[in-house]
Amino acid sequence: MLSKPNLQLILLFINPTHMFKSIITSTLLIFLSFIAVCQNEGRSIPDVTVKQLDNSSFQTGDITNDGNPIIISFWATWCSPCKRELNAIAEDFDEWVEETGVKLVAISIDDARNMHKVKPYVDGQSWDYDVYVDPNADFKRAMNVNNVPHTFLIDGNGHIVWQHNSYAPGDEDELHELVEKLANGETID
Amino acid sequence: MTTKLTCSTLLLFLITSTIAYSQDGVMDGVEIHGNFEVYAQTYNEDSIIGAPNVPEKSGVNAFGNFIATKGSFTAGVRIEAYMPPVQGFSNNYGLQPVGAPYRFAQFSKGKFDITVGNFYEQFGNGMILRAYEERALGLDNAFDGLRVKVNPIPGLYIKGLVGNQRFYWQKSTGYVRAIDGEIAINELVESLMDKKLRLTIGGSFVSKYEASGIRNFEYPENVASWAGRGQINYGGFSFLGEYVYKFNDPNSDNHYIYRAGQGVLLSATYSQKGFGINLTAKSIDNMHFRANRDAQLNDLFINYLPALTRQHTYNLATTLYPYATQPAGEIGIQGDIIYKIKKGSALGGKYGTTIQVNVAIINSLDTQQITSPNDLDSEVYLPNDPSREGYKANLWTFGDKIYYRDYNIEIDRKFSKSFKLKTSYIYFVANTDVAQGTALGKNVHAHIGVLDGLYKVSKKHSIRTELQHMWIEQDQGNWAFAMVEYGYSPHWFVTVLNQYNYGNPTKALRVNYPTAQVAYINNANRISLAYGRQRAGIFCVGGVCRPVPAANGFTITITSSF
Repeated sequence: MLSKPNLQLILLFINPTHMFKSIITSTLLIFLSFIAVCQNEGRSIPDVTVKQLDNSSFQTGDITNDGNPIIISFWATWCSPCKRELNAIAEDFDEWVEETGVKLVAISIDDARNMHKVKPYVDGQSWDYDVYVDPNADFKRAMNVNNVPHTFLIDGNGHIVWQHNSYAPGDEDELHELVEKLANGETID
Repeated sequence: MTTKLTCSTLLLFLITSTIAYSQDGVMDGVEIHGNFEVYAQTYNEDSIIGAPNVPEKSGVNAFGNFIATKGSFTAGVRIEAYMPPVQGFSNNYGLQPVGAPYRFAQFSKGKFDITVGNFYEQFGNGMILRAYEERALGLDNAFDGLRVKVNPIPGLYIKGLVGNQRFYWQKSTGYVRAIDGEIAINELVESLMDKKLRLTIGGSFVSKYEASGIRNFEYPENVASWAGRGQINYGGFSFLGEYVYKFNDPNSDNHYIYRAGQGVLLSATYSQKGFGINLTAKSIDNMHFRANRDAQLNDLFINYLPALTRQHTYNLATTLYPYATQPAGEIGIQGDIIYKIKKGSALGGKYGTTIQVNVAIINSLDTQQITSPNDLDSEVYLPNDPSREGYKANLWTFGDKIYYRDYNIEIDRKFSKSFKLKTSYIYFVANTDVAQGTALGKNVHAHIGVLDGLYKVSKKHSIRTELQHMWIEQDQGNWAFAMVEYGYSPHWFVTVLNQYNYGNPTKALRVNYPTAQVAYINNANRISLAYGRQRAGIFCVGGVCRPVPAANGFTITITSSF
C-alpha cells in the first residue's frame, strides 16, 4: 500500500498546482525530517577544509583529542552572545581541561571583512582554544549551522552527541556538566 | 520545465531515501542531516511609521536542507518556499512559491574533491570571486555547474570551476570559468615545515562569458580578471595583500564604459597574549563584476568587496547609518586595537577589563571625469572613442569626498561574579547620499552611547539591559533605545524593547517602536515569537545591505538543525 507522502507525490506529478506543491513540500519536509531525526545519533565530524590563523589549510576530519571530549563552537567577531559564551567558558577553562581533558575548537565564520581581526581578538582575549576560520562557510554548512552561536559536543569516539543553538548566561554550566559526564564515561541522552 | 525539474529532484530524493531504508546494508553508514528555517511575519497597517496595508497580510520565507553522506559521497538538496516573500525580500522570490534551487552531489577523497550541481566558493579574500548565501539578506549567488579541487602535492591547492549563478529562480545568462591556485611554502618544502616564518602565495583567473546581444555598442563577450595574493606570518606578526585586476567590462553600474577595474587590499596584524592590533587599507576602482552586465542591486555579483568598517551589533548603530561598500570606487583605512588589562591590577579590577578601539576612514577615490555619465548614458559616442573610458583615477590617492568615518571605543568590565558592564561610544560621519542614495546634500554626524549591563541573578537566571542613545542634528534627530532581556538557561529568553525617535523635527513623527519577544531553545531548535513595530531601516551583513521596510505585527522564527 502506498503511504500518504508517496500518494501525494504521485498526485503532484499528475497535477502540479501550487496548492498541491505546498502540501507536498510540507509533507515531504516533515517526512524527511523524521528520517533525519532517526539518523541523527552519533554523526561523526565531517571532513572539510578550513583555515588556520596563519592562513594554512586544515582538515576538520583531523579534529581529535585522544579519546577525550571535544567542544566545537561556531562564533564570529561581530556576534556578541558568541563572545559572551566563549569568554564565560574561558574564565574557568583551565579547570575544565584539568578535570576532563576537554578541548575547545572555536570556528569563526567571519568573512573577508573581519577574518583578519580574528587572531588579534583571540590573542587579545587570551583564549586557550584551537581557532579556525571558515570564510567559505563549508564547515558551517556541513554541520548544518543556521545561526551563531552554535555549540556541539563530541564524545571520545568522535561522535556528535549534543548540540545547542544560542547562548544564555548559565549555558556554560550545563555544558560543563555534560563534558564531565562524557569524561566519566557516561552517555548523554 | 523548472516545476518538472523540481518535482523530479524531490521524487528522486524521496525514492533514494526510501530504497535506502528498505534495503539493509545500502543504508549502512549513511548519515542524513540538515537544517530548517521558517521566518514569517504578519502585517498590520500602521500609517504613522509607514507600514503599508499589505494585501496578503503575511509573508513566509522557509527552507530545509537535506544532506546525505556516505563515506566520500555527499548529496543534498535545499527546498525553499516563499509564500509570499517576507516584505523587504525581492519579489523575484515570489515568482515561484516552492522549489529546489540548490542541489548537489559531491565526491571528496584524499586529494580530490569534485562537486556537480550547486556550490559556494571563495578565492582569496573574495575580491575576484565569491559565491555565498546570506539568508538574512535574501542573497544567494551560488554557482550551478562543476567544481574540482585538487591537492596534487603537499602545499599546492588548485581549484577550478565552471558554472552560471543563481538569480532567484533563474540562472545568470553569463557563464563563469575560474581557476585558483595556492601554495603554502612551508608545506611544499619539507625542511621549512616547522619554521616560524610561514608563507602562502596564491593567484586566480576568472573569466565571464555573456553574449553581447543587440546593442548600440560592441561589448566584450569575454571579460577576464586576475588576482594575486600573499601572506607572511612570523610569530605574532602577519602581513597580507591581494591585488585584483579586471579587464574592461562595460556594465549598467559603470555606464557601459570601457575602463578596466582594479582593487587592492593590504592588512598588517600583530598580537600577543592580552593585546592585538590590525591595520587594513583598501582601494577599489570600477570593480562591479557580475555574471550579467545589466544586473542591479545585490544581484549576480561574481566578486565580493569587503567593507572596511567595524560590523556593529547595537541596534541604533547597525540600522540607521550603516556603511555599504562602493564597488564603483572608494579608498579607506581601518585600525582596530584590543587590549585586555590584567586581572587584579589597579585599572583592570578583580576580574579584568577589555578595551577595544576602532577607527575607519573611507573616502571617494581621486578621479577625473572624462565624459559625464549623462553623456555616456545618451550613447552618442562610438565604442572606440577614448571618451568611452569614462574617467581617470589613481588607485593610491584619497579623493576629497568623505564617504564614511567611524570612531568607536568599547570598554568591557566585569565588576563582580554577577555583574558585567560594556560601555560603548561610537561616532559616525556618514555620507548617506552615497551609501543609501538619499538626497540630504550633507553628511550625517551621529554620536551613539551604549550601556550594556549583564546581571547574573543566579546560576540559571540572568537579566541583560541595553540603554542606547543617538545624538544627531540631521535627518530624523535624536533616538533613544532601551531593552531588557531575561534569560533562563538553557531554554528561555523574554525580551522587551523600545526605540523612541523623540528628537524628530516633525512632532507627529516622534514615534515609539515597542517590541516584545519570547524565544524557546531546545538543543539545536529555536522558536521565537515577537510582536511589535519594526522601524524602516537598513539591514547589513558584511557591508552588503538590504532595506527593511516598516512593519507592525507578529514575527515568528523557527530554526532547527538535525
